Amino acid sequence: MISLGHYLVVSGILFALGLAGVIARRNIIIVYMCLEMMLSAANLALVGFSRFHPVNGLPDYTAQSLVFFTITVAAAEVAVGLAIIVALFRTKQSVDVESVTKLQG
Amino acid sequence: MPSLLFYLLSLITLGFGFMVVTGRNPVTCALCLAASFTGLAALFIGLDAYFIGIIQILVYAGAVMVLFLFIIMLLDIKAEEGKHLKLAPIVSGVLVAVLLVLQIATVVSSTGISAKTPENTPLAMSEAAGKLGRAALPTITNDLKDGTLPDAKLIGFTLFDQYGFHLQVIGLLLLVGTIGVVVLSKREKGGAA
Repeated sequence: MISLGHYLVVSGILFALGLAGVIARRNIIIVYMCLEMMLSAANLALVGFSRFHPVNGLPDYTAQSLVFFTITVAAAEVAVGLAIIVALFRTKQSVDVESVTKLQG
Repeated sequence: MPSLLFYLLSLITLGFGFMVVTGRNPVTCALCLAASFTGLAALFIGLDAYFIGIIQILVYAGAVMVLFLFIIMLLDIKAEEGKHLKLAPIVSGVLVAVLLVLQIATVVSSTGISAKTPENTPLAMSEAAGKLGRAALPTITNDLKDGTLPDAKLIGFTLFDQYGFHLQVIGLLLLVGTIGVVVLSKREKGGAA
């Protein structure tokens, strides 16, 4: 029987995969994709809670409104982030995170 | 949603997600991410969140992934060379991920959350029609009485009834994002870029 716990564990594993990618990968574009994965994992947890805590017999639509906002913010973030990556590539000719060390102390 | 379908969709989502993290070629990673997001959208639809599922496909698997692929091909990024792999980030990444999963699994199993199943928290469409309060618009109550879930209508009502200001802030965010992207991508005249 599929319970809320199953969805939360899937969401947790997806988030952990994204986190591992952000820490381990050095290609900045793939780091970005892993960030998107983490945001989606949070969305899955929200939708799960929305479905399993019904208000008056309907899913809790406050949670799904939050997911709507998250998706919008993620889309804006991707657009700006990719523009930064393009600007970075123009100056460094590389998308390796270790090529950006100017702020390193 | 049947158990088998849940496990299949979770496997698609997590398997393709794993391939994103381990893949060498950025194009492969982007396509795997699109597949992972499609699986996730199917999970959303299985949770009766039809609107969010469709938005997930349109925005993530559609717009965002096309943007990623466009940038990857624009910059002509080659697959990473295998030789300069560093052990420390990989080990720490795997370690942090495993610890996080263990922690979440412990929390989920120690609380009563696993007792909530679709069977003991059923949706009651026709009963809900009488308890809508301000959302009792004819189009919503009629759908509920027919036994269908007017998912998009209810999200729209929630957004515009309770979160009107937040919606305008999000609109402003998108405007600022658009302007920011234009400013960032403009080449400075005579600049080194």
